[in-house]
Amino acid sequence: MPNAKKIIWKGVDDMPEMAVSLASMRINKTASWRNLRPIIDYNKCKPCGICWKFCPEPSILLKEDGTPVIDYDYCKGCGICAEECPRNAITMHREER
Amino acid sequence: MKKVLMGNHALSYGAKLSRVQVIAAYPITPQTQVVELLSEMCADGGLDAQFVKVESEHSALAASIGASAVGARTFTATSAQGLALMHEMIHWAVGARTPVVLGNINRAMAPPWSIWTDQNDSLSERDTGIMQVYCESNQEVQDTVIQAYKVAEKVLLPCMVVLDAFYLSHTYEPVDIPEQKLVDKYLPPFNPPYKLDPKDVHAFGGLTDAKWYYELRYKIESAMNRAREEWKKADGEFGKIFGRRYGVVENYRCEDADIILVTSGTITGTARITVDMLRSEGKKVGVLKIRVFRPFPVDEVRDKLKGAKKVACIDRNISFGHEGVFFEEVKSALYNSSHRPPIWGYIAGLGGRDVTPETIKEMVKRTEESDTPEDLVWIGLKR
Repeated sequence: MPNAKKIIWKGVDDMPEMAVSLASMRINKTASWRNLRPIIDYNKCKPCGICWKFCPEPSILLKEDGTPVIDYDYCKGCGICAEECPRNAITMHREER
Repeated sequence: MKKVLMGNHALSYGAKLSRVQVIAAYPITPQTQVVELLSEMCADGGLDAQFVKVESEHSALAASIGASAVGARTFTATSAQGLALMHEMIHWAVGARTPVVLGNINRAMAPPWSIWTDQNDSLSERDTGIMQVYCESNQEVQDTVIQAYKVAEKVLLPCMVVLDAFYLSHTYEPVDIPEQKLVDKYLPPFNPPYKLDPKDVHAFGGLTDAKWYYELRYKIESAMNRAREEWKKADGEFGKIFGRRYGVVENYRCEDADIILVTSGTITGTARITVDMLRSEGKKVGVLKIRVFRPFPVDEVRDKLKGAKKVACIDRNISFGHEGVFFEEVKSALYNSSHRPPIWGYIAGLGGRDVTPETIKEMVKRTEESDTPEDLVWIGLKR
């Protein structure tokens, strides 16, 4: 994994000139403000890949057999996957923190 | 090699000599020939650069920022409404710290449609954080592009090289085009500290909350402040290699002057001639040309104006609801200074109206004859 190290600076003198992450997006997780959490009902899911295609982030990963898995480190909870799923296998639930 | 060039082509030659790698631009009168010539240079193989045709000025600067982010030296050019359309992306270029050089041909903002010069387009970008340099001759235009890359890449801020529509853009003057190897000696390749590179992954411009946004703004201001010195250094080094230097400001017969005219752009040449005429009548008048407008040369302005009894500032622009912009800037530079001569603010030349020696003599006369400074005087207004 490239740049897989979290670097924290103290202030203006040791930080980079521009808004640049010193690590890759694998470290900079971006889902902290999700309000709704998509949950896949694997009893209904017949892995067709439509949710994976529509996810704008992309935060749906496919296992080798095509089963979708939601990556909650990056999913913003937009609900497009739930809207597009032809078998209504994805439902949105209030995020509890 | 000397060539007779129009101001627009002087910008193109400046970019070519700087070995720009990406040019992204959209045509607009009076800028069009700048990028026409650059596209010809690319097509003929004289310039090894990628010429990106885009559908708007917003896209032109967006593409330039992208190219600069991967570490390419990048050039674009525009005017008036085109620059206004770039406005959002100018903020982006500054925040992303991409040292794009942008040629702007000063053209009056519409409506009513005008293609002639005034400075309201570029001065409307005053607070974005892009550096701004106002040029007076085609030689200065070409040379300033090369200097602009030198400074911009050092401090990681974009830079606007500004010239008057038609008075420079379409006027032909002899320009000394330096040897490429001398320019290469002056301007090393661009190598930013962070760039978009799949081998070294970083995220750029991501969401930054109040914890660090403030510090990033401070960094931009620090870079602007460093640029004050960098412009002097870049100009000095340029002078050593090419024999021409321009200063961040330039003073003409200011030493013993009672009245100093503050100018920018092509009005400066007219002001110099007027000063010579007035000097021959025994009037002690001088000219202070402001070349680098952002970062504003506060120390130089204070120093050069400290001996004047009166100052008259000529603005080819107006900040509606206040005053001429150069006038505001000069006043604000002097306010905390120990010597504050009274200043008169004159609006002139909007929409390309000619500013002649007679116009400037009228300003000097008005300044001479009054003891109360005036903030906003319209010269030659038809009533």
